[in-house]
Amino acid sequence: MQINRIEETEVSHAAGRAVRSPERPPAHLTLRGLTKRYAGRTVLDGVDLTITPGEFVAIVGRSGCGKSTLLRAIAGLERPDAGHVGIGIGAGGGQNAAPEVRMMFQDPRLLPWKTVLQNVALGLQGADERARAALASVGLAARADDWPAVLSGGQRQRVALARALVHEPQLLLLDEPLGALDALTRIEMQELIEALWTRRGFTAVLVTHDVQEAVVLADRILLIEEGRLALDLDVGLVRPRVRGSAEQGALERRVLEYVLGPQRERISA
Amino acid sequence: MHAGPTAQSTLRRALAGFAPWALPVLLVAAWEGAARLGWLSSRVLPEPWAVVKAFHDLSSSGELWHHLGVSLGRAAIGFGLGAGLGLLLGLVNGSSRRAATLLDTTLQMIRNIPALALIPLVILWFGIDEAAKQFLLATGVFFPVYLNTFHGIRSVDAGLVEMAKSYGLSGWSLYRDVILPGALPSILVGFRFALGLVWVLLIVAETISSQDGIGYMTMNAREFLQTDVVLVGILLYALLGKAADVSARGLERYFLRWNPAYR
Repeated sequence: MQINRIEETEVSHAAGRAVRSPERPPAHLTLRGLTKRYAGRTVLDGVDLTITPGEFVAIVGRSGCGKSTLLRAIAGLERPDAGHVGIGIGAGGGQNAAPEVRMMFQDPRLLPWKTVLQNVALGLQGADERARAALASVGLAARADDWPAVLSGGQRQRVALARALVHEPQLLLLDEPLGALDALTRIEMQELIEALWTRRGFTAVLVTHDVQEAVVLADRILLIEEGRLALDLDVGLVRPRVRGSAEQGALERRVLEYVLGPQRERISA
Repeated sequence: MHAGPTAQSTLRRALAGFAPWALPVLLVAAWEGAARLGWLSSRVLPEPWAVVKAFHDLSSSGELWHHLGVSLGRAAIGFGLGAGLGLLLGLVNGSSRRAATLLDTTLQMIRNIPALALIPLVILWFGIDEAAKQFLLATGVFFPVYLNTFHGIRSVDAGLVEMAKSYGLSGWSLYRDVILPGALPSILVGFRFALGLVWVLLIVAETISSQDGIGYMTMNAREFLQTDVVLVGILLYALLGKAADVSARGLERYFLRWNPAYR
C-alpha cells in the first residue's frame, strides 16, 4: 500500500525532469568482448553477456576474479580497453533518453556532512518529497534529518539504496553492498532489495561473493573466473522463495562446487 | 530519594565545570598571599589586587580600549590577509596538480624561513610602520592555513568523489558539496593554529616599534617600572589568545556538527 503511493508521487515528479517515458521500463544490457587490463594483467578477458530487461542477475566468483571490475565497467566508472557496453530500453533503444543506471557500492559512501535526506536527494533539485518517499520505501522515513554518523551499518546501506532508488533506476548495479553487514541485517536487506525489485521491475546486477545470497535473490547466476564467464546458470526457483529450502541448498552446493573446484570438469550450462 | 542523586550530579557537574579554573585561582591566591607577606617585591611582581586596579584605571581612562582596539585591528588585518591568501593558494594547489607543480616547491622553501628571521629585511622594505607589522603577521599566518588546506583537499575520500560524480555532481557543485566540506576539518585545524600564532607575532611586531597597541603599552610601562601595567598587558594577551581559541572551537563545532568527534 505504502509503496504504491510512493510510486505515484515519483511519477508525478518525474514529469518535471528529463523527457522520459513515465513508465520507466527496465533496461537491457549487452556486453561484447569486454576487456580490461591493469598494468599488463588482464582482469576482464573478452566478456560477452546479454541481460534481458527486468532480470535479476548475480555475478559470483572468488575475490580478484574481476567481478567488481565488470560491474564498474558497466557503470562507466572504468574505461574498458576493448569491447563494448550497451545499455538500452526496448527493441529500438529508448529514443534520445539514456537509461537511468545507478550503482550501490560496497561501502555506503554517504556524505557525512549532509543529513540522511540531503544524501538521498544528492544531485537533484527540489526533490525533497521524492527523497522522503524513497526513504520511506526503505523504512527510514523517521531518520531523514539525522546525520549518517549516528546510523548503523545496515541503515547506512539502506540510505544508499534509497539514494539509488530516488532516481528510478532502470538498471541497478549492486557491488557487494551487503558484504559488511551482519547475518541478520543481510537477510533483511536481501528481502528489502527483492521486494523493491519485484515492485519496480528494474534490471538488477548484483556482484557478491556469497553464493547463498546469489541463490536467494537471482534469476540467473554468472560465475566469473580469471576474467572470463565460466558459468551461466538459470536459477528457476519460484518466488517468493523459501529461505533454506532443499532446492536452494542443492543449487547452492552446485554453484559452490564450481567456485571452489576450478580444476574439475565443467558441464556446459 | 530522587532528589538526592540529582542534586549530587548537579554538584558534580558544577565541580567539573570549575575544575579547569582551579589551578589558576589557586596560583593567584598564593601570589596574593606571598605579596601580602612581603615575600614578593612589587618590582618583581605586583600583588594581584594592584593589577586589578591598574586594569581598572587603564580601562576607565580609555587608554586600554584604545590599545586593545589597535591590536585587534592589526591582528584582524594580518590574519585576514595571511589566512585568506593561504586558503586561496591551498585550494588552488590542492585542486590543480598543475598549479601545485608550479607553486608548491617555492612555497615550501619560503615556509622554512622563520617569519621572525625576516624582521631585518621587513624593516628595510617597509620601515617600521603598519605595513611591516601586517607583512610579518600575514606571512606567519599564511603557512599553517595553506598547508592544512592543501592537505585537506588532497585527502578528501576518493570514494565519495567517485560516488558524487556518478550522481551527476561536477564543477562547482562537486566542490561545494563534497570537496570543500571534506577538507574543512583540516582547514579549520589550520585556522586554529594560525589564530594562536597571530598573537605571538603581534607581540613581537608591536614591541619592535609602535605608538600604540598592547605591545606598546607593555613596553612603555616597562620603561617606567610599572610592573602592574606590564602584567595587565600580558594577561590581555592570554585572554585574547583564549578568546581566539574559543571562537575557533565554536567554528569547528558549528561547521563540523555532523562529525561525532566535534559534538
